[in-house]
Amino acid sequence: MPSNNKSSRLSVLKTYKLYIGGQFPRTESGRYYVVNDGSGNPLANACLSSRKDLRDAVSAARAAFGGWSGRTAYNRGQILYRMAEVLESRQPEMIRELQQSGSSSAQAKKEITACIETLIHYAGWCDKYQQLFSTVNPVASSHYNFSVPEPMGVVGIVSSSENALLGLVQAMCVAIAGGNTCVILANTDRPLASISFAEVLATSDLPGGVVNILTGKGSELLPWMAGHMDVNAVLLDPSTSVDRAALEQAATVNLKRVITLKKEDILSPYRILDLQEIKTTWHPIENIAPSGAAY
Amino acid sequence: MAKKTKPLRFDTDWKYDPAPESASAAKINEQYELFIDGRWQKPQSGKYFETINPANEKILSRIAESDEKDVDRAVRSARQAYEKVWKKMTPAERGKYIFRIARMMQEKARELAIIETLEGGKPIRESRDFDVPTAAQHFFYYAGWADKLDYAFPNKKVAPLGVAAQIIPWNFPLLMAAWKIAPALATGNTVVLKPAETTSLTALKLAEIIQEADLPPGVVNIITGAGKTGAAMVNHPGVNKIAFTGSTEVGKIIQRSIAGTKKRSTLELGGKAANIVFEDAAIDQAVEGVVNGIFFNQGHVCCAGSRLYLQESIAKEFIQKLKDRVATLIVGDPMDKNTDIGAINSKSQLETILKYIQIGKKEGSSIYQPACTLPKKGFWCPPTLFTDVAQSNRIVQEEIFGPVLAILTFRTDDEVIEKANNTPYGLSAGVWTDKGSRIFNMTRRLRAGVVWANTFNKFDAASPFGGYKESGFGREGGLHGLTPYLEII
Repeated sequence: MPSNNKSSRLSVLKTYKLYIGGQFPRTESGRYYVVNDGSGNPLANACLSSRKDLRDAVSAARAAFGGWSGRTAYNRGQILYRMAEVLESRQPEMIRELQQSGSSSAQAKKEITACIETLIHYAGWCDKYQQLFSTVNPVASSHYNFSVPEPMGVVGIVSSSENALLGLVQAMCVAIAGGNTCVILANTDRPLASISFAEVLATSDLPGGVVNILTGKGSELLPWMAGHMDVNAVLLDPSTSVDRAALEQAATVNLKRVITLKKEDILSPYRILDLQEIKTTWHPIENIAPSGAAY
Repeated sequence: MAKKTKPLRFDTDWKYDPAPESASAAKINEQYELFIDGRWQKPQSGKYFETINPANEKILSRIAESDEKDVDRAVRSARQAYEKVWKKMTPAERGKYIFRIARMMQEKARELAIIETLEGGKPIRESRDFDVPTAAQHFFYYAGWADKLDYAFPNKKVAPLGVAAQIIPWNFPLLMAAWKIAPALATGNTVVLKPAETTSLTALKLAEIIQEADLPPGVVNIITGAGKTGAAMVNHPGVNKIAFTGSTEVGKIIQRSIAGTKKRSTLELGGKAANIVFEDAAIDQAVEGVVNGIFFNQGHVCCAGSRLYLQESIAKEFIQKLKDRVATLIVGDPMDKNTDIGAINSKSQLETILKYIQIGKKEGSSIYQPACTLPKKGFWCPPTLFTDVAQSNRIVQEEIFGPVLAILTFRTDDEVIEKANNTPYGLSAGVWTDKGSRIFNMTRRLRAGVVWANTFNKFDAASPFGGYKESGFGREGGLHGLTPYLEII
């Protein structure tokens, strides 16, 4: 039995893996990169995700879409609220992790609090935005006609480069509160809190595959995300420095919607609407009194 | 065992006398110029192209061909009108202009319907009862929004985008012009619109109406030409918004050319709608709905119900009834008020349709076309049904844009949802059943922007229209049709 003469015990370093389909796999590529702390010293290794990891994440998101969008809005709200509860209880750990990546104690506290508030805010939106954006349409014929918002499907999210965790939580909420599933490319330089946040997701009753988180290089993964035939939309954080023209060109392959997250108006239900389609349904009304007489 | 059905035999006992609408009730000029800055201006190239009646191939008129310089003139005129006049006008006054256009369209409805049919080939019954009145309704509907935009988006401020470049197809020329122009004007934008090169005339007639309505010069510019003109509009740096209705292929080209710019876009593209009939549906009504779904406007409809899914237990009976009904359709002179299926819009579209009919046969499907005598001149295609079709066949996967229906079968709701959604498109869908809970089960799971239950191909100015997936984005019609022309702040 190895002895340890020092008074403090040897710390256990955490391995940061990917979050795909509710599981925490390593990258299939076997590649990793070193994540530094605020002072530039090595802090941990993170997975350098490959195109195949992205593919697996998209497959998981697609598989989860029917179930997630088919749940009651009330139930989705409950799950988002549960995330807030779990994150609340893990505050100290998450704050420490943000500090390790260079945030000041005050900044880290502020960011985690903002994440929790965002989750609660969006938990409440889950069963309300539909009523704001739905209409019953007064058509000039004997039909009942109404329009409702529906989720676009699988959303690729390019996460924030500042406030790495808050940006991720905001974009995720916008997508999943509206019934979409998503694949998130976490911030390259500060990915650790994102993966720890995945542990919150994994213990929040969120079905596997609704949110998938990859770490790695945007320059490697983005072209494949933009060109993927089974991704319906790409949501960009405004702080990311992506080649927008190239991304939009690649996105035309299946007419992906490319949307920049309007962070100055992040609490608005219009953000959810950004990732919704409008469906209009018609049905005839039996015309028993065409003259307009009522009886 | 399938029930025996009794064929409908309208043709034996009753004969339809010819009931032609008179072409003389419409005035078509020998030549049309470009409508720019409120005046008729010659194209700078001096070039014109001919437009013909697809039912007899006779030349109707000569249309100006715009090049980049003409596009530039039109965009500048629209910009000038936006900055100097339209943006500053009170919304209520803006609305009154749009109301005025709507009224004048109604007054000239007969002439517009005749020209629509002469140049487009669609039955006069459709242009008279559908295209023209629905187009006028669209102007009426959006006119009223002009001074109510603050109520449409609570807690938000809205602002127009600027100059909208609008490119429309040949299947509903006047109606598509209305769908584009009316919401753009109501929201305070100015317009450069280009109709398709085979159907310029009703848009030019609309320009005459706009001139007569005294709309300030440059608020609406209507220029003519083909794809090159459209490309020049899309690429013009002075344009803030592109609104396009047409094929998915061209939609993608447009998207690529504006990638990385600040230009906003709305795309209404192709479709391959599933029309699903369950065994408990009112069969005779469903047959009518299926016929209307695919043969309305010769099938030149992006939301046409071109894939029919029949529940296996009723397939045999349904197909027989459908064949019997299709045999009674009157194919021929579009100007005849009894005509059900008019002329195919152009020679090239006819070639596309015939190519797909060959593909269908080659893929091993069985074809049914009723015996009908087609006129010698012009472009014609009889109503066509394909049975023994597989989901992977090209006539099931690709948009044909003609009177060709692919018929498939299914057993369970899960199976038919899987098949119906198995397409890159997502514009429309139909479901026929007498069971309310099943209607909502289906309409909820169908990934399409418009779902018709126990009806098909219904449109209304108040009803949002537009697709999921590769059928495009943005909505036209209704409250939701305002959003694509506004900055919501």
